[in-house]
This record gives sequence, C-alpha cells and structure tokens, in this order.
Amino acid sequence: MANSIKLVRDDLRPPAGPPRRHLISIADLSRKDVERLLATARSLARSLEREMKKLPTLRGRTVVNLFYESSTRTSSSFELAAKRLSADVMSIKAAGSAVDKGESLKDTALTLAAYDPDVIVIRHPHIGAPRLIVGCTDAHVVNAGDGKHQHPTQALLDLYTIQQELGRVEGLHVAIVGDVLHSRVARSNVQALTLMGARVTLVGPPPLIPRGIEAMGCEVSHDIDTIKAADVVYVLRMQRERMQEGAAFVPSLREYTARWGITPERLRPGQKVMHPGPMNRGVEIDPRVADAEEALIVDQVRSGLVVRMAVLYDLLTHGPVEVKAAVAEEVA
Amino acid sequence: MLTCRDGKRDDLVIRGARVLDPGEGIDGVLDVRVDAGVVSQLGTGIPANGHRVVDGSGLLLAPAFVDPHVHLRTPGREDEETIESGTHAAAAGGFCVLLAMPNTEPVVDSAAVLGALLDSARAEAVVPVGFLAAITKGQRGAELTEMGELADRGAAGFSDDGVPVGSAGLMRRAIQYGAVTGLAVAVHCEESSLSSDGQMHEGAVSAELGLTGYPSIAESLMVARDLAIAAYESRPIHLLHLSARESVEALRRARADGVEATAEVTPHHLCLTDASIRSLDPNLKMNPPLRSADDRAALIEALRDGTISAIASDHAPHARHEKEVPFEAAPCGVTGLETAFSSLYTHLVEPGLVPLETLLERMSAGPAHAFGLDRPCIEVGAPANLVLLDLAAARRVEEHGFRSRSANSWLLGETLRGAVRMTVAAGRVAFEE
Repeated sequence: MANSIKLVRDDLRPPAGPPRRHLISIADLSRKDVERLLATARSLARSLEREMKKLPTLRGRTVVNLFYESSTRTSSSFELAAKRLSADVMSIKAAGSAVDKGESLKDTALTLAAYDPDVIVIRHPHIGAPRLIVGCTDAHVVNAGDGKHQHPTQALLDLYTIQQELGRVEGLHVAIVGDVLHSRVARSNVQALTLMGARVTLVGPPPLIPRGIEAMGCEVSHDIDTIKAADVVYVLRMQRERMQEGAAFVPSLREYTARWGITPERLRPGQKVMHPGPMNRGVEIDPRVADAEEALIVDQVRSGLVVRMAVLYDLLTHGPVEVKAAVAEEVA
Repeated sequence: MLTCRDGKRDDLVIRGARVLDPGEGIDGVLDVRVDAGVVSQLGTGIPANGHRVVDGSGLLLAPAFVDPHVHLRTPGREDEETIESGTHAAAAGGFCVLLAMPNTEPVVDSAAVLGALLDSARAEAVVPVGFLAAITKGQRGAELTEMGELADRGAAGFSDDGVPVGSAGLMRRAIQYGAVTGLAVAVHCEESSLSSDGQMHEGAVSAELGLTGYPSIAESLMVARDLAIAAYESRPIHLLHLSARESVEALRRARADGVEATAEVTPHHLCLTDASIRSLDPNLKMNPPLRSADDRAALIEALRDGTISAIASDHAPHARHEKEVPFEAAPCGVTGLETAFSSLYTHLVEPGLVPLETLLERMSAGPAHAFGLDRPCIEVGAPANLVLLDLAAARRVEEHGFRSRSANSWLLGETLRGAVRMTVAAGRVAFEE
C-alpha cells in the first residue's frame, strides 16, 4: 500500500529538473548575474511609471515572508514587490506566531512548506538560517538578512542606486564607514562592489573592523579623513542592539561620533552619502548630512522595491542565480 | 581505574596479518595466538588447537587505540549517548580504552556520581572505560572537588573539560593538590574574555562570514599560563585538544625546558581548516574551533615530532534536533570515535603527511602514557588489546551507519579508507565485521 502511494506521489512530481535557485549570499552571484538583475530592475522601474502599477507576471505564485527580526523597509518592500508582480503573499512575523511557543525554525519551515510556496524570504538573527530553510523546503530561498552574515538584496539595491545616480559602479571609490564588525550590509556590499569593479575602503575604529577582512579585496583605514577621497560615503548604523554590555568596542557613542561621525565638514562638496537605515541621527550621521541633497537614502528605499521585484522575477522565471556548492572541506 | 563488563576472555589465532607494533619494534607477517585473553605466542604456522581462527591475510594487526577524551553524555543526556552505545562506538573505531569527560548532568564531581558511573560501566561497557572527575565543583571554577576521595573511588584523572579554570590561583591549587592523587590533570585552555561568544576561528573567513571570532590567543594565552604553573610546581600537566600554532610552540618550548607536559589533538583539527566553515554546516562547529591552514600545519608537525603525543577524538554527541539549527545557534561538538582512524589514515597517512607507525603510536601508546595507563602492546604475556585494520577498504560515512546514538559527524558523505575489521579489548572481541 505504502508503495502505491509513493508511486502516485512520484507521478505527480515533475521530472527532476536543475537544482532550485536561491539568493543566500552575494558570493553566490557572478558579475553577469548582477548585471542581469540590475537590468531587470531597470525595466521593472519603467513599468512602475505607468498608472497601472501591477504586473501579472507572478500570478498564482506564492511568496512567504518569514521575519524573525524587526524590519520596516525590507519586509515592506518584499511584500509590495511580490504584490506588484501579482503573487500571493503571506508575511509572518516571529512575534505572535508559533515561534513564541518554542517552535524550531525547521518545524516552522516545514509547516510553511506544506503550502508549497514558490519563494521563502527569510530574515533571522542567526547566521546560517537560510541554509537550514534550503535544506527543508522545495521553495526558492531569499536571504533578507541572517545575523552579521549577509543581506544580499540590500547590496543589490545599493548597486542599483549608485548606478542610477552616478551612472556607473566600475571604477568608483566607495568608503564604508562605521561598525563593519556587526554589519551584514557591509559584508554584502564589499562583495557586490568589488565584484562590479569598484574600489572599497572600510573606515572605522579598529575594534569594529574585523581582523583579516582585507582578504575580501578591500582596504582598511582608521582615519576618518580618508573618506574625502571617495566618490560615495556609505554610512553604517552603529548597531547598539548588537553591542553587548561591557564589550567596549568603543569607549562611548559620544567619542565615536566625535571621531567617526559623518558631518558636512568631513565631506567634500558633491560627495554622495548612503545609509541602509534605520539611521541614528546625531550618532553615525549628522542630520545636516542625512537631509542634504547629496544623500541618497530615500533613493535607496525606492530602489529596494524594484530590485526585490527583480530578484523574485529572476528566481521564478529564468535567471541562474545559483548557490555554489559549499566548500565542504579543505584538506591537504 | 578502568571498568568494563565481566565475561569470558577469548581464545583466538589471528593468522597471516602484517603485525605492526612500533613500541615493540615488530613489523612482519605473523600469526598471533591469544589464550584466555592474553597474547601467548607470536610466530608462523601457529596451530588452531581448537581456538577460533581469524584470517588476517591482507590486513594489519596493531595495538588497539586509546581515546583519552570522550563525552559519554551519561548521566543526563542518555538520548545522545550511553556507556553501552559509546563503548560500542569505541570498539567499532578500534579502541580498547576510552576516558570519559565529567561535564555531564550532574557533573562528575562527587564520589557518589562517580561510583554510580562505575557501577553502570560494570554492567554496560564493552570496552574498558575510565571516568575523569571534575577539577572544580560543578565545573564552576570556584572550589576544588574532593580529589583525594574521587581518586580513591576510582577516578581516571581530573578535568573541567568544556570550560577553563578561569582563576590562575585555583588552577595552581589543583595542580599542587592533585599531586597527592598521582592522577593526570587535563586542562581545557580557553581565556573566556577573549573567546567570549566566538563561533569560529578569528581570521579572514570569520571576517567574511560575520561569525564572531574566537582568536588563537584565547587558547595559547591559557596554554602559556598553565604551562607556567606546571613548570613552577614541577608537576605534569595534560593539555586537551590543542588547535593553534601559538599553543604548540609554547608547548614545545616548555617541554624543551623540562616541563612534563603532554598534549592531544583531534582528528578534525588535523584534517580540516576554518575554510570549511563557509558551508555553514553545524557539524563543523566545535570548541576549540577549526583554525587556519597554518595552524593545521603546525599541529601535523607537532604530531610528527612528538610534541603532541596523543590523538583524542573529543567525541561529542549531540541530538539531531540540536544540530538542525542555524550554525550560529548550534551547540559545539562533533562525533569521532568511529571515524578517528579512517579519517586520519585517509587525510594524513595516505597523502604522506604522517607515517602510519606514528599514527598508530599517537592513537595508542601516546594517550596511554599521558594518563598513566598501560600501553597496549603485542607482546607475549600482555593482555590482548588488538585492532585488525583493512587499509584498502573504502567506505562512505553515512548518517545511519553509526553505533553511537548520535550522528553529528564532520565526515558525513565523505568516503574514507582504512576500516576496522576487529577490535579485541582486554582480551575479548569487542567488535568485528
């Protein structure tokens, strides 16, 4: 009996195709992948200029947003992106769900997988959570931020914003300033920017710059004056929620602001300023900078929508956004 | 004290194997006769005389292995391992002795807990097992255990493995007072203010992945401290699971200065580096963490030159659901009893990094010496502690193939060469296939 059930199940499944595609890390993408995603985003942006903003492309598809960390712009833009493409969207926040009752990530993923979603977008405080979801569902998995590891759609929308505002990415010099140690945005951006031919300098207090990060192909400086040489100054949030009591990465926020805060005086006229949000005005960024014409912060949010539309579109239609086989070992 | 089930000792004739006992200077195709669990004859053409005959042709017969560092999870987490399952796993890995760590629930810090374990081992253990007792009560690093009473009750040594003894003053007292027991003091070297909530080795890979770094100096600083105490007190000390080049160098200097220090290294630290963490596989998470290629090279060199004299599996079983979580949320520890020899044979001996004789010595005589145990040997009159190895056999490590109750192996899916065909422990066949 069990045997016949199995046969029916196999019959219902399409023949084994290529492995499911996911977006877990910028490291999984080639330069061609990124160029295709940005081109898709540009054409989707044009479609949004029409009065009727909804596209039928993903009608009948299901996108699940599974957020274990608070988020405003990422969760809202994924939700709107899916809706603009006519997909059905479920947004689940850990607070108020079975997670509160102690359900494991695996069980939550299996529960959601029972609805056969096409895409699961996950944000989770722990590095490696998207990998676990990949292992227990058939859905395409999009990493919307896992701990300090990766936030690939943020880096893609940042590339898109730079390209729109400065006309190119290749050959530009971007200074990423602040708490690199705790920043998934910084890691994804270093990979994305260097992949596209930009030069990246990380600037911040020594304890907040991870040892050995130069191996990612970027430069490191502890002197805030080095940002003057950059075309774009990318300001990171001082992640107060990730600074444990007594860790003493910096003596005080006051001293941080005095030494590394981005003020108009520290910028060169015309330098573009970016920030992934949410900002701590008056800590890592002076309000005068945040509100200046050179700030691309609102443009970044706008880019987020079309870039996330492009990612969903790409995963569910053709583009090969592949997860490279993990390096399982490195022996002799 | 080593304890196992009672039972009849076996009579065997193992014929035609290459007998290799580096400690006895034996290397040749020989027959070995075992009478009532004791090696009684080595030679050629030994008659069966009613004994069971084992065909060893094409196989290697060596002194069985000693694992000085195993987590049997009993009492407290019998779902992960028991004395019975853990000793079966040890036998399948070619071990004739294992030493269990005291970081159980409750901690082995009283004669009562230790006594109960010894009673269980008498009923369950298929391979002789010794139990280390904690250095400090509850492994809390505040008060010494009653080391004298624990020694009298049968402790095999002392360790707070899993956590360091944070106070240098208390560590000194443990080494001073431990002398009255004559037992080994084995230390887990970690400066917690540097390792904090470290997830992996601090370096280029942790910078890339965003995982909190656990720097080499978190280990080597504590190694230096404990070696200094041992030197000052003129007492021996055993360093558990070394992982970093700086630690190895400190140990080499101390030994050259006459400090009676021994140390162990695990198969995973000898075979892997932090680069493998890119897969974010929770079965690659352990304490100390996998380190850089340079650290790995230093460990291999130290194993070869004898600075590190023992291999320890640090077999640390975890329930499946505990490891089926994101890397960052996973507990530390991997299993290793059943794969120790084959992983090292495949990754160190076959590529020519370590001679087979050295591997056999470091898995048997080396750890036995560090804990004052008799060296397993193939000598007339010695108890039969033998492992029969098939070096040509290749086998894929599968989740369902373990005798251990847990399958959190760092080798799942990998094909290894060098299989254990038979283990004789304390004169009895404990495993065969």
